[in-house]
Amino acid sequence: MRWSLTAIALAFIALFLCLPLLLIITAAFAKGWSAYWSELTDHDTLSAIKLTLLTALITVPLNTVFGIAAAWAITRFEFIGKSLLTTLIDLPFSVSPVISGLIFVLLFGKQGWFGDWLYAHDIKIIFAVPGIVIVTLFITFPFVARELIPLMQEMGNEEEEAALSLGASGWKTFLFITLPNIKWALLYGILLCNARAMGEFGAVSVVSGHIRGLTNTLPLHVEVSYNEYNSVAAFASASILAGLAIVTLILKSFLEWQQAHDRA
Amino acid sequence: MSILLNNISKNYGTFSALNNINLEIPAGELVALLGPSGCGKTTLLRIIAGLEYADEGRVILNGVDETDQHVSRRGIGFVFQHYALFRHMTVFDNVAFGLRVKHKRDRPSETIIKQKVHDLLNLVQLDWLHNRHPDQLSGGQRQRIALARALAVEPSVLLLDEPFGALDASVRKDLRIWLRNLHSQLHVTSIFVTHDQEEAMEVASQVVVLNKGIIEQQGSPSDIYDHPANAFVSKFIGQTNVFHVDSPSRLWLESTGLRPAMETQIAHVRPHDIEITKAVNESGASAIIEDWQHLGALIRIVLSNNLPHNETNTLVYAEMSNESFKQLELRKGDKVDVRIRQVHWFH
Repeated sequence: MRWSLTAIALAFIALFLCLPLLLIITAAFAKGWSAYWSELTDHDTLSAIKLTLLTALITVPLNTVFGIAAAWAITRFEFIGKSLLTTLIDLPFSVSPVISGLIFVLLFGKQGWFGDWLYAHDIKIIFAVPGIVIVTLFITFPFVARELIPLMQEMGNEEEEAALSLGASGWKTFLFITLPNIKWALLYGILLCNARAMGEFGAVSVVSGHIRGLTNTLPLHVEVSYNEYNSVAAFASASILAGLAIVTLILKSFLEWQQAHDRA
Repeated sequence: MSILLNNISKNYGTFSALNNINLEIPAGELVALLGPSGCGKTTLLRIIAGLEYADEGRVILNGVDETDQHVSRRGIGFVFQHYALFRHMTVFDNVAFGLRVKHKRDRPSETIIKQKVHDLLNLVQLDWLHNRHPDQLSGGQRQRIALARALAVEPSVLLLDEPFGALDASVRKDLRIWLRNLHSQLHVTSIFVTHDQEEAMEVASQVVVLNKGIIEQQGSPSDIYDHPANAFVSKFIGQTNVFHVDSPSRLWLESTGLRPAMETQIAHVRPHDIEITKAVNESGASAIIEDWQHLGALIRIVLSNNLPHNETNTLVYAEMSNESFKQLELRKGDKVDVRIRQVHWFH
């Protein structure tokens, strides 16, 4: 029984995880190393990489701050609308990414609520970089908060109250007491947030407009290249995302190990 | 530093946790806030600390109105029930925390901090543990470290929430005496919360009895024990026999020589205020020995009242020293005369 279950699991992993990964690498190097390299250093690919990094660089720090603030508010204070806030944090997870993208088109698009005002002030959000950043911000909002809330609930606030009673300010209490206790969960949340920020396709696809070299992120670049039968370009870009996934997995296991180690 | 509470009230929704509390605690006292669970004693302690705010009333510490002052600026030391030691720091860093977070202009140098922390750890006799983390300590050790940490900032008031609540019985006994001695060395005005009347009587110089959000009585332990202000205090502090002066109990009380006044309804008699002697005249004896238990130096005797036509056979508890009990040579079923030395009448 044990062997057959293990075999099924391993076969499944080989078929659905390892095989595709292998396929990405073979397809990326199908025309040799130089073809791979020239596709990677292609102007459009580079700009897609840059845009992806820029998006992650803006959204991850912002959502880290928002996530900590939300987790703090929910676990440390009683206020009206608390359960509503707790539910709303999960909204980006429960709504299809395409719908999420569409919401922002309806808000900021030409026919949207703020469309006229934005047009009058010559601000472009949809089919431009700000739109991509905004939807990514929305999609990746839950990651940090969801990691922190259960941990901070379990920790309780006695240690923080003790620090305050010893004369520490709120900021010092956070820095010296709260942060050291939540650091591994926080890093874990940041890591997942970053992985999603770089890999998000659906919502970004709706608001980006797929303008080559301008509003294509890496996942979008993969799709565009593939649709144009440029499989080396598509798989070369995909190999970067796959590499990111592997690094994320390794870091994730390390963080989980650290967290378990700290609590023991 | 004295503590003055003026008309403190606190409600949680429709539940009134504290109702118009007025309390004055002179400087240097060691006060117990005593009451059953849910009586509001911890809430009151947290309001004094500034960890919670009263809906109404003022908190005045050493003549300064601190009602709206943040906990970090009240100059209090707080010891939490579960110690709340910083789990990621060593014992040394825990105790040093209050000094290290001081504003730069008030912060002592690292050498002075080091000296002071070691002095405090010596005071609580745990300097040898300074490199350990809290999870490597026993409950009693954690408690003492938590106390050293609170004392590091030289608080003018020390507040302890159920300081012995989470400890083994034997450790608890030792720590009670230790805390009392420590207080007599330091003379810092201290309040501790407890639901254990024995602990309150043993440790405190003043006891404040709380019930359902109001103060029932405040006084020295002997005051409270000998002169309970009402039936609640009398029942809560120590053992007591309760006699409702309905007809059978009344007859029995009268047979022991007590004459209840008409308007009084309840008599409280401490077990050690009941004196037992062998019955002179068996038919006129007021009680029968049912059973007894050894409580160390004392014997607790269970009596039933010996009245003709008595359906409600109430049990009465009496206590006497082991020695006198042996001299009486009593056996189960023996008839005895009972004399009541002292009684408290309540409505």
